Amino acid sequence: MHPAFSVIFFTVASGAGFGLFSLLFIADTFKLGGGFTPTQLVLGGLIAMSLVVFGLLSSTFHLANPKNAWRAFSRFRTSWLSREGVFAVVFMPLALIYLASIWFEAPAWLRETFGLLTAVLAWITVFSTGMIYACLKTIRQWNTPLVPANYLALGYASGSLLLLLGAVYAGLDTTPYIAMSALIVSIAAVLKAIYYFWIRNPGLTPTINTATGLTRAKVKLLDTGHTHGTFLTQEFGFRLARQRAGLLKVLVFGLGFALPGLMLVWVFNEQGGAAAAVIAAAAGLAGAAVERWLFFAEARHVVNLYHGAQRC
Amino acid sequence: MRLGLVIDLDVCVGCHACAIACKEWNASGTIGPLSDYQPYGAEPSGVWFNRIRHYEMDEYPNNKTVNFPMSCMHCEDADCVTVCPTGASYKRAEDGIVLIDQDKCMGCNYCSWACPYGARELDRSSGTMKKCTLCVDRIYDQNLPVEERQPSCVLTCPAHARMFGDFDDPDSAVSRTVRERGGFPLMPELNYNPTNTYLPLRRKPVVPVDTQPVGGLKESIKQFANRLVRR
Repeated sequence: MHPAFSVIFFTVASGAGFGLFSLLFIADTFKLGGGFTPTQLVLGGLIAMSLVVFGLLSSTFHLANPKNAWRAFSRFRTSWLSREGVFAVVFMPLALIYLASIWFEAPAWLRETFGLLTAVLAWITVFSTGMIYACLKTIRQWNTPLVPANYLALGYASGSLLLLLGAVYAGLDTTPYIAMSALIVSIAAVLKAIYYFWIRNPGLTPTINTATGLTRAKVKLLDTGHTHGTFLTQEFGFRLARQRAGLLKVLVFGLGFALPGLMLVWVFNEQGGAAAAVIAAAAGLAGAAVERWLFFAEARHVVNLYHGAQRC
Repeated sequence: MRLGLVIDLDVCVGCHACAIACKEWNASGTIGPLSDYQPYGAEPSGVWFNRIRHYEMDEYPNNKTVNFPMSCMHCEDADCVTVCPTGASYKRAEDGIVLIDQDKCMGCNYCSWACPYGARELDRSSGTMKKCTLCVDRIYDQNLPVEERQPSCVLTCPAHARMFGDFDDPDSAVSRTVRERGGFPLMPELNYNPTNTYLPLRRKPVVPVDTQPVGGLKESIKQFANRLVRR
């Protein structure tokens, strides 16, 4: 699959935004490390929401006809893309009510109810983003429950690193934030490792024989029937050398998981000060972006069977 | 009604006439135009509803070229329709034709991701997704003679490799042919239940081919003479 940068930015930024917002609610509920002040909570919430908004705006850049983008909310009953849009938009007012109830010191039950609703909705929205890809039977590397699991884990991992950065700047006790980040980042790393292990050999896949119905003998493509590329070869023909994919996977683990992990140790030992937390958050986001690029680049659509591939 | 095509792989000669006729009719059809990019340039490309690929089956001396026309299969379980977030993609209840409302499409490409057959192509000029309409603007046209109310590709095929009809009617020509010739769908394991059906190659007597060069004095002289003549 052709990796579109607008979609990569969108999924990474909105994942981190939703992750940050729901973890902010947890930090507020349990007053982790002494608890943020109302101003800090509202500021953090607004940063999380702007990550989501910028992500959503960026996602419209990959549309060929964005003037009809408003119609994308209409097929909630069948389309995961539509569901994701609806959940992301419903998230906004709920999140604002939660932030307002913090700001105006509303009763605790109101604050907690809307906080929980927002956190759950953030979870459902990131799940929907993953399901956009996981529901496609045409791409074996995507058609697995590991995909929404990876999207959730990576979104929450980068959100937790951003939250830690906030805790460092707010001067809170960072220990609970470090523990939370360490847990979520390591879960994300393990889930991603399982995914990479699984797509090495993803089981039964369509072949050139089932694609053409000529199942009794070897089949090979002689001619695609067009002189230059088509929409299909441009959108689905992307190939990534196995060696380069391996290097990028090392980069995902080094940048996305190992470096933030090391920086967590530094923050815990009070080495490097705020810079360590900044590096942790930046590396986490960069690692997630590389991971997302690979997620698209490694996906093999079955239409390639009509352009010469023997199996997908 | 479940309208669709039958394509006879044994008969298709791979002349691309169906693709040309499709382009010609649909350029001014309901979903037209079908934009071309650099049609006379170095990298010609464009939107086509119907593409013909050429495959080789088995190995020499038993090999056989198979010409493979493909357009929208108008699937019973069309994922391209269910994944569409705008409702631009739809499947007609009355005849099963899958269409795209050009006024609603936002060009997100998601339906083309869901289609295993490569039937959907984005028109980069209009920014909307386009696909085979089964010539919906022909097959119901009361101004055309009855025998011409068929998709353009079917009418034009010089080898009569294409048939059009109702698969729900067990006595229709398409249903009978599929039954008699053992028609098959493409990539059935994905469970899209495509309507378009392909007919297999007929078994033909094997034509003997000399695979080993004949030895002996006569053959050596013949080869020597051939070499002389070639110079």
